[in-house]
This record gives sequence, structure tokens and C-alpha cells, in this order.
Amino acid sequence: MARLTDFAEPMRSHLAGLPCQRLDGAPWATGPALAERRVALISTAGLQRRGDREFAIGAVDYRVIPGDIAAGDLIMSHVSTNFDRVGFQQDWNVMFPLDRLREMAAAGKIGSVAAYHYSFMGATEPEAMESTAHQLAGLLKQDRVDAAFLVPV
Amino acid sequence: MPTTQVSLIREHTETMRPPRALWVPFELGRPLGAPDAPEFQHRVLGAALALLEAESGPVLVDFPDEAPDAGIIEGWACPVSFPAPATDDDDLVSLLLREVEQLGPWHDLWLEARGRTTVGASRVDIDAGARFMAGFLDQTSPSRPREDVSSAELMKLVLEDIKAFYLEAALAQPGDATAVAAADWFWGETTAGRIMLTLNPILEDHPDEAMRFLAKFLLVPRAQQYRLEALAGDLAGTEGSV
Repeated sequence: MARLTDFAEPMRSHLAGLPCQRLDGAPWATGPALAERRVALISTAGLQRRGDREFAIGAVDYRVIPGDIAAGDLIMSHVSTNFDRVGFQQDWNVMFPLDRLREMAAAGKIGSVAAYHYSFMGATEPEAMESTAHQLAGLLKQDRVDAAFLVPV
Repeated sequence: MPTTQVSLIREHTETMRPPRALWVPFELGRPLGAPDAPEFQHRVLGAALALLEAESGPVLVDFPDEAPDAGIIEGWACPVSFPAPATDDDDLVSLLLREVEQLGPWHDLWLEARGRTTVGASRVDIDAGARFMAGFLDQTSPSRPREDVSSAELMKLVLEDIKAFYLEAALAQPGDATAVAAADWFWGETTAGRIMLTLNPILEDHPDEAMRFLAKFLLVPRAQQYRLEALAGDLAGTEGSV
């Protein structure tokens, strides 16, 4: 249903009016064939380990999600009330497809699954997150990740 | 770092022009399409990761299929019957606590069947959270069950835990509700939803700026805000009849 024309007011006007910054240049990083890639999930759903610090209003930081986390240990503290959470309550993979990635690795469709995944809370000005994103890119490289799958809500 | 991503609002992605994006026609909150649909999720994930092998970009590709709706019950209704919502604040609180009690066994069933719950970010049990939330009906600052976060932050976490508890309990019955049907049930038919709607104008005038921000942006979903006008009309009618 995520077509602008499908949303009722006032949601449609809100989404249509959100400022979106055009990215400078045309960044284009490449890597090996998909079957050799090490893949990490980067969510903006405000996901966290149970017991970890909750996301606060205006948060620009991220939470680390270990690659061996169990579904029952992943919860959400996103502040927005304007997206569906029922799907996540039923099956974490609809928002954080870690089981699907593990299955792809087992089937040889990707090289491996990263040791760590990350979640931001996508309810903050993107510019305010830029320095954190740079820091995170360094962490991904240390984990030998060469494919980041960005998953919004 | 090579990236690929899901795009939920195509117009935003067209403007931002990230290197690789797969636009999907799914609801906000369901970037992989549907819960309990591993084959479909694999198709979405595979399509997004396949963009990593594009030779040049930016690439914005449309996923061709709508989310599957197999298993969704038409006209879904919650298995628990609640008494008609009250309008008096005292009645609202006792009805809320009774709802929580009635939903308890259903939530236990959910835990048994699913083996997990998403309730818990507030670190406050549902009963104490419900009392804290309802305390704002007649107090500016009810005592809070947790002191290491602000009242507004705790309130936000409690609100989402209460919603998650209700929805998980209600969905413990076989079959799936659509996201819209589940939200309409919570906001239209439960005392918890009624209290959250009632709190909206109260918290808009709260002395704490963070609480006013919560009321304005983080309390009632935009898709449910039409109920605020209806509720204001109900209350005006009640006052007029006294």
C-alpha cells in the first residue's frame, strides 16, 4: 500500500511534504559476486536487544544487534506511531530478515552473514546522523562486510 | 560500502537517488511484505540483493507483486468481548484494568504459540504501565514506575508496550488480521485506545514540553486522528445532556 496515492489524509500530505535531500554525487561502491558477499542488515526501525538502552526522542545513535541474536531478544523502541508493528509482532523477518539471510548463506546464495547488524531510529534529520553513519561504515569494514542491506519502515 | 535497500515511498527515493533501491508496494512497517511468508520474503530479499550486481547506477527497480494476503480473515474480530466503553474517567481506569486482566490468558497463549513477545521496551509490567498511563487523565505527573528516563519517554514506551500487549493477545486466535483491521480494533473498540484518544487533548496542554510534543506527534497515528474529532463530539454531547 506504500503508494502516496493510497494513503488517506493527513498521512498522504505529511509524506508528500517530507523534505528529502538529494545526495551529492553518485556514490558507487562495488564488490565481488553476491555468492561471495558478507551481508549486514541496517534497519531504521528503532530495533534493540531486550534490556539495551531504548531509543530516545531525536536519537541519532544506533544499537548493535549480534548476528546470533534470538528472535525473542529483539524488541523495538521507535517513537513513531505511524507504521504497522503487527507484522513485526508476528514475524521479525518482515522487518529484520535475519532468518532469511541465514538461509541464503546456508544455501550458498550469499557468502556469509555479518557478525553484527545495526539499527537506527529513522525519525531524526538524516543530516544529524551523518557522522554516526561514517563511524558505522568503519565498523562494517572491520567485520569484512561488503554488502549493507538498508531496511526502512 | 556497497549498499542496497528497500524503498517504501518511491517519490522520496527518486529525489534522494541512493545507489541501489528496490521499491516495494507494501505497507509502512512491512518492508519484506508480509509476516509468516518466508518464500515471499526470500523473493523480496533476493531482488534487493541482486541489485548489488548492477554494473552502474543509481538503480531504482520496482518489485512487481503486492504482498500476499493468504490467511487473512475478512471481517476479523477480536476474540475477547469487552463491555461498552465508559465516558467517566474513573470508569475508564477500572475498565482498562479489567481489559488487561481479560487479555492476560490470550497473551499467554500468544507466548506459547509464538515463543516470543515484542512487549518489554518500557521494562514496566502491563498493569503498572496501564496505571501510569491512566494517571495522566487527572494528574499532571503521576508517580512513575521507572526513574531513569523522563516521564515523556517512559510514557511513549508504555504506550507502545500496551498496544503490543493488546494486539499480540488479540491475534493469538488462529488467522491473521490485516494491519488496518488490528489498528481499527485497538483504536475503535478498546478502553486502552479510548484512554489514549482522551489523553491527546490533555497532554497537548501539559506543562512538560516533551509531553506536549508526544501528544502532537507520537500518540495517535495520523490514520486514526479522525477519531479525536468524533470523541470531542461525544464528550460535548455528554456534557450538554447533563
